[in-house]
Amino acid sequence: MSASETPAGPATFEFTADNLALAQRIIAKYPEGRQASAVMPLLDLAQRQHDNWLPRAAMDYVAGMLGMAPIRVYEVASFYTMYNLKPVGKHFVQVCTTTPCWLRGSDEVLAACKRKLGIGPGETTADGQFTVVEVECAGACVNAPVIALNDIYYEDLDGPSTEALLDTLIRGETPKPGPQNGRINSAPIGGPTTLIEMAQRNGVKPASQE
Amino acid sequence: MLRDEDRIYTNLYGYEDFRLDAARKRGDWDGTKDILARGRDTIIEQVKESGMRGRGGAGFSTGLKWSFMPKKVDGPVYLVINADEGEPGTCKDREILRHDPHKLIEGCLIAGFAIGATACYIYIRGEFYNEASNVQVAIDEAYAAGLIGKNACGSGYDYDIYLHKGAGAYICGEETALIESIEGKKGQPRNKPPFPANAGLYSRPTTVNNVESIAGVPTILRRGPAWFAGIGRPKNVGTKLFCISGHVNKPCNVEEEMGIPLKELIERHAGGVRGGWDNLLAIIPGGSSVPVMPKSVCDTVLMDFDSLREVGSGLGTAAVIVMDKSTDIVRAIARLSKFYMHESCGQCTPCREGTGWLARVMDRMVRGQARLEEIDMLQDVTKQIEGRTICALGDAAAWPVQGLIRHFRPEMERRIADYRQSIAAE
Repeated sequence: MSASETPAGPATFEFTADNLALAQRIIAKYPEGRQASAVMPLLDLAQRQHDNWLPRAAMDYVAGMLGMAPIRVYEVASFYTMYNLKPVGKHFVQVCTTTPCWLRGSDEVLAACKRKLGIGPGETTADGQFTVVEVECAGACVNAPVIALNDIYYEDLDGPSTEALLDTLIRGETPKPGPQNGRINSAPIGGPTTLIEMAQRNGVKPASQE
Repeated sequence: MLRDEDRIYTNLYGYEDFRLDAARKRGDWDGTKDILARGRDTIIEQVKESGMRGRGGAGFSTGLKWSFMPKKVDGPVYLVINADEGEPGTCKDREILRHDPHKLIEGCLIAGFAIGATACYIYIRGEFYNEASNVQVAIDEAYAAGLIGKNACGSGYDYDIYLHKGAGAYICGEETALIESIEGKKGQPRNKPPFPANAGLYSRPTTVNNVESIAGVPTILRRGPAWFAGIGRPKNVGTKLFCISGHVNKPCNVEEEMGIPLKELIERHAGGVRGGWDNLLAIIPGGSSVPVMPKSVCDTVLMDFDSLREVGSGLGTAAVIVMDKSTDIVRAIARLSKFYMHESCGQCTPCREGTGWLARVMDRMVRGQARLEEIDMLQDVTKQIEGRTICALGDAAAWPVQGLIRHFRPEMERRIADYRQSIAAE
C-alpha cells in the first residue's frame, strides 16, 4: 500500500509530552546532523501512540521534527511492513506462514482464526477488535507455527491452541506468551539433550537417555 | 558430540536470568580489561587464529574482516551488529539477544576496540520486541557498571553502544541495506565498492558482523584461539548454533560442533525425523537461501561450510529445515518463492521482476498447471536473476528453485502430466 492510499486520519498529530521527551532521547543516539536516522524509531513511537497505525499527519509531524522532506518519510513508512498505513484491530494477529511455519501447520492456525473470528488474512472484525494478517518469517522457526500478537510471540501452536488463545483475548484476558505446548523456550520438548548440569541446577529435567 | 563444558551459550534455553549478575556468574565480563590490554593487533590476530568464520551465512573469516579496517583514521568509526535475523528457518540470534545479551555486549566492546570503533549500533529486527528490550536492559546495566561508555572497563577506551530497531524488511539483513536503514532510508543495498570498511555508516569506516560471530568472541579470547580451532574439522572449526525445524519430533536450537553429521544432529537432539529417518524426503540445511538436499545426500553429509558446498548446498545460517515424505515439496519451495517476491527491495530489475515471475510460475507448478518445457524456462529464468543484482537476494531466490528442479524434477513432471489428464478427463 502506498502512502497516498492512506485514509485521511486526523488533521494534526503531535507527540504527548512523554513521547516528546523519549523522541529527544532517541534523536540523541545519532551524530549531529544525522537526525534522519531517528525516522524509524519515531514512526514506531507515533504508531504506538496512535492505535497502532500511522496517519499522514503523523508522518508529516515526524518529517518536520527531523527536518526531512515528507516524501522521504512516506518512502520509509511504505517500505517497511511493520508500519500500518491504515487502521488495524486492537489485537493485531500476525500469523507466520513461511515454509518452516507452514510445515508445522500454519494452515491450521489461519483456519482457526477464520473459525473463531470469521475473518481471513488482511481482514478486520466488524467490532474493530481483531485484524488477521499473514507475515513472512517471524524468526522463531523451531517454535513453529508462530503468531505475533501485537508485540508478543505465541509459539508451538495448532488449531485448538490457537482457538484457545483467541478465546482468552475475547474474554479480555492476557494469554501466557511463548510456547503453548508446555516446552521451555527453544529447548526440545521433554527436556534438553545438552547443558545438563545447567538444566538440573535450575530444576529442569533433561531428556531421558534411551 | 560437543561436551557441555565447551559450549559458549550456556543460557541458550533461558533457564537462568539474562541480566548482569547472572551473566557474570556464567563467566561473562571476566577479565575483559585484560583482554583489551592485549592490544588491537593481538586481538585481531587471535580471532584470525581461532578460525571463526562469520555466522551470518557467508562464512568469511571474522578476524580477516576486522583487519580490513583502516588503522589510522580521524573521526568516527563504527561497528554495526546485524541482528536482523529473518532468514526462514533461522532463530539462533534471537536466543542470544533474549537470554545471553551480555555475551553480545561484551563482544561488541572487544570487537569495537579491535577495529578502532568509536561507537556501535546493534540493529535488531522490529518484530523482536522482547529481545530488543532485554538487549537494552543489558546495555543500560553495562553503562551503569562502567563496562562500556567512558573509560570502558577501566581501559581508557571510550565506547558507546546503541540499539536501533528495524521495522519488517528481510533485505536489511544485507549489510549495506542495513546501513541505509540506520541512516533513515529505505533498506536498499548499495553497490560495492566502496566496501563498508572504507565507507559504511555515514560514509565512515564500518564493520558489520552477525550476532553469533561477535557474541562468541569473548569466550574465544578467554579460552584461547587454539581451544576454538580444536573443535570441528580443518577450516570449519568451533561451535555453532543449529536451528532444527520442520518435520522432526522435537524441533529445537542446539549448540554443537561444526562438522557434526546431519543425521546425528537430528537424531541426537531433535528426536529424529517424524516417522523415522527412512520417512525423510529432503532437508534445507542452512536457511531458505540454500538449495534443498534429497535424503540420499542427507544420509552422510557433515554440517559445515565446505562439506555442504561440496554437495551443492551450503551451511548458510545452519538452519536445518526438515521435510518428511508427507511434504508437498513443490509447495514448500513455492512458498519460499513468495517470500523472496515479498522481500525483494525493488531496486534491481532482474530481482524485482524475476522474483514475482518465479512466484507466479511456481504457483502453477504446485498445481501442475504448466507445460513441460516451462521447467527448463523456469531454470533459465533463475539463471537470468542469479549474479545480476546488486545484492545476493536475487541469488537466494534463484537457488531454492534450482535445487527443486535438480532433485525433484520427476515430481514436477508428474504433476504436469496429472493435471493434463484431469483436464482431458473433463
